[in-house]
Amino acid sequence: MRVFMLGWEFPPFISGGLGTACYGLTKALDQLGTEVIFVLPTMVQSRYTTHVKLLTPDLAMSEAPFKVHQLKNVLFRTITSPLQPYLTSSDYQQHIEQSLAHIQRQRGQTYDLCGGLDYSGDMFTEVARYAQIAVKLAENEHFDVIHAHDWMTYPAAVAVAAGLHKPLVVHIHSTEFDRSGEHVNQPIYDIEREGMHAADKVITVSHYTRSILISRYGIPGEKVEVVHNGVERNGNQNWSLADGEISKDEKIVLFLGRITMQKGPEYFLRAAKKVLEKMDNVKFVMVGSGDLMHRAVEIAAELGIGSKVLFTGFLRGDDVHKIYKMADLYVMPSVSEPFGITPLEALENDVPVIISKQSGVSEVLQHALKVDFWDVDEMANKIIAVLKYAPLEITLRNHGNFEVRRLRWIDSAEKCLRIYDDALAAVAYA
Amino acid sequence: MASVCFYFQVHQPARLRHYTVFDNKADYFDDYKNAEICRKVANKCYLPANRLILDIIRRCDGRFKVAYSLTGILLEQLFSFSPEVMSTFDALAQTGCVEFLAETYYHSLSFLYSHDEFVEQINKHAETIEKLFGQKPRIFRNTELIYNNDLAALIESTGAFDAIITEGADHILGYRSPNFIYRPKGSEKLKLLLKNYSLSDDIAFRFSNRHWTQWPLTAEKFARWVNDVNGNGFVVNLFMDYETFGEHQWADTGIFEFMRHLPEEVLKYPDNGFKTPSEVIKAYEAVDTVDVPHLISWADTERDLSAWLGNAMQSNAIHELYRMEKNIKSSGDQDLIADWRRLQSSDHFYYMCTKYFADGDVHKYFNPYDSPYDSYINFMNVLGNLQSRCAKKTSGPNLREITRNEIPPDLRTQAVH
Repeated sequence: MRVFMLGWEFPPFISGGLGTACYGLTKALDQLGTEVIFVLPTMVQSRYTTHVKLLTPDLAMSEAPFKVHQLKNVLFRTITSPLQPYLTSSDYQQHIEQSLAHIQRQRGQTYDLCGGLDYSGDMFTEVARYAQIAVKLAENEHFDVIHAHDWMTYPAAVAVAAGLHKPLVVHIHSTEFDRSGEHVNQPIYDIEREGMHAADKVITVSHYTRSILISRYGIPGEKVEVVHNGVERNGNQNWSLADGEISKDEKIVLFLGRITMQKGPEYFLRAAKKVLEKMDNVKFVMVGSGDLMHRAVEIAAELGIGSKVLFTGFLRGDDVHKIYKMADLYVMPSVSEPFGITPLEALENDVPVIISKQSGVSEVLQHALKVDFWDVDEMANKIIAVLKYAPLEITLRNHGNFEVRRLRWIDSAEKCLRIYDDALAAVAYA
Repeated sequence: MASVCFYFQVHQPARLRHYTVFDNKADYFDDYKNAEICRKVANKCYLPANRLILDIIRRCDGRFKVAYSLTGILLEQLFSFSPEVMSTFDALAQTGCVEFLAETYYHSLSFLYSHDEFVEQINKHAETIEKLFGQKPRIFRNTELIYNNDLAALIESTGAFDAIITEGADHILGYRSPNFIYRPKGSEKLKLLLKNYSLSDDIAFRFSNRHWTQWPLTAEKFARWVNDVNGNGFVVNLFMDYETFGEHQWADTGIFEFMRHLPEEVLKYPDNGFKTPSEVIKAYEAVDTVDVPHLISWADTERDLSAWLGNAMQSNAIHELYRMEKNIKSSGDQDLIADWRRLQSSDHFYYMCTKYFADGDVHKYFNPYDSPYDSYINFMNVLGNLQSRCAKKTSGPNLREITRNEIPPDLRTQAVH
């Protein structure tokens, strides 16, 4: 089995769950001996991509294939493109401007990116351009099935599938409804819908997302399979023992994620306010950045709990481990979360979790407290209980840490292989 | 000569309402849900089953006998929500073929934590049964059939009972059969009736299981198994939840038809018949003593207490509850005492069980909470309120928050199932 996979980003240069998921799944497929051609955009220039060499854009727009040392069956192909997951139109604008300035400095030539000031148009044009290059790239490769992750790759995947008559599997890590609530961006929705309908099989990361596909995108249920994410064992499990207890007088409740509407930061703060009515020795730490960051700071101030809420900005690597180590509780109050990998990381780091019922991860975790994201009274009730009753915290930690070990990427990869077979059979039959 | 001895456990817990740390009313129980479940179970089980038993007794001309153990918590609910069930139990009592057993009024685990409270609850239950049905119970069964030598000694010291009913667990019997009468170790007069779990579970658990090699179970087949006991015992103790009929095994499984025909099939063998527990112990002498130094119960495959006290949350909740005993009682406030006692029902601790939780099975089916954690949080919030009410009356201490280091190491790193 050879898979032509259209993905996004790869560790350590990742900005969120999508990169983590692509990495975990690809690594497990590799272990199962599946060959993967992993196609991803390499950004022209950004803070985190200094390891990628720039290629002249007038050359085939793609870099020479390369391999990553641990993954012997995975071949990486990159397409030079400023596309990034979690882009909003305004981010894209900023990003493009930075990149262009950089190229101009390097080459002393103007690089016109489709002109026009309609930046959302820019992003979509880029998506279309990406698709064209992907088809060219695919023409020289041999593979059995196409596997595409999230909407920006769908036009490319659909084009490759149509051009080469190969079965198409699209993998939904999030939908426009998760990211934007009811105010969906119509062109994005259209691309998602087209990709899902064109696919021979659709994979969602949860039953929660599957039902959104059926009700909002009109995808027939029998075409949609659920493959839950796994969790990567990060091998530093003795870490916490070596470091000893951090002594602190205050309890720490952690929010870790992008500070955007989807992640429910406001509900976290409103619950914090309620908690502080009952107990005093608690600090609420919000790790992450996003378009609601400033609003969140304001809300904390308006609620009169400014001194009890700390904003750290975006953290990575050791800093994340440190913050987990200090935390007594992790809360994920997401409004709509297709899966949600961070609660699994928290559990791996021995931190008990409260997760929103509007999440895919609540389907796979039993040893977690669950609340409706809007029910701030209940969220506060549960936060207080964990902080107040050591037996609760200990039972949650013991069982949660054990449970999380059962969620293995290898099982997800095996399920994907079965789905590839189904897709191949479907195409052969047609 | 094989006697079938039926005893049915009849109990419904007083479920707590959703109670957060922000609640402050002394109103802990979910009357709406309790009423709804009580009426549902009454219609599916208690009423049709009582009518059936009554009918069988009349048809068999007094040769069919059964015993019931009705908890005080259940009786209170029946009075409030389904009084028609009470009149059918009354009719059963008047046939003279029905024996009522004694237990703790609140279906509690008090034996493990307070012998004073334990005896008070037994007395309260016995008085209630005598008042309602005109019988003074002579046979004791402890909550969840929890038993050990100390329990036997304590029950014997009350002088009120002739026998105790418990589980015929393999590890206490060894090669011996539960189909004989035994004597508790160190006991003078008391006898022991041990549950034949194999034949009991054939009805209670396996009856509708189509993967069971013996499915479908007919009355004729079961009567033959009962007869097979002849030569190796006197009595087949079939102890089970009454909700087996119509609730655990739905009516469409044929459970009522099975029961309707069982008596005549058993009585087709001229030597065999039915006896109440009191008749059994009058008819047969104890053949041996049984030594039970460690606690047993009728739960799960372990037959131990891990379903109620297996994790740190359960242990913490119940210890906190019984730590309040002195203050609660010294308050003299009857409402306070009644609320405290209702919180003692074993069900509240069963809901906190994390054993098998992830696999979802029988534990989940009976659990009104989404998770054991929710149940602990709810219980502790109620207990916190009870404690502050009590403190107002007695100026006693408030709910103590235990720190991580105070939890015994074995509970801190308990085995995970």
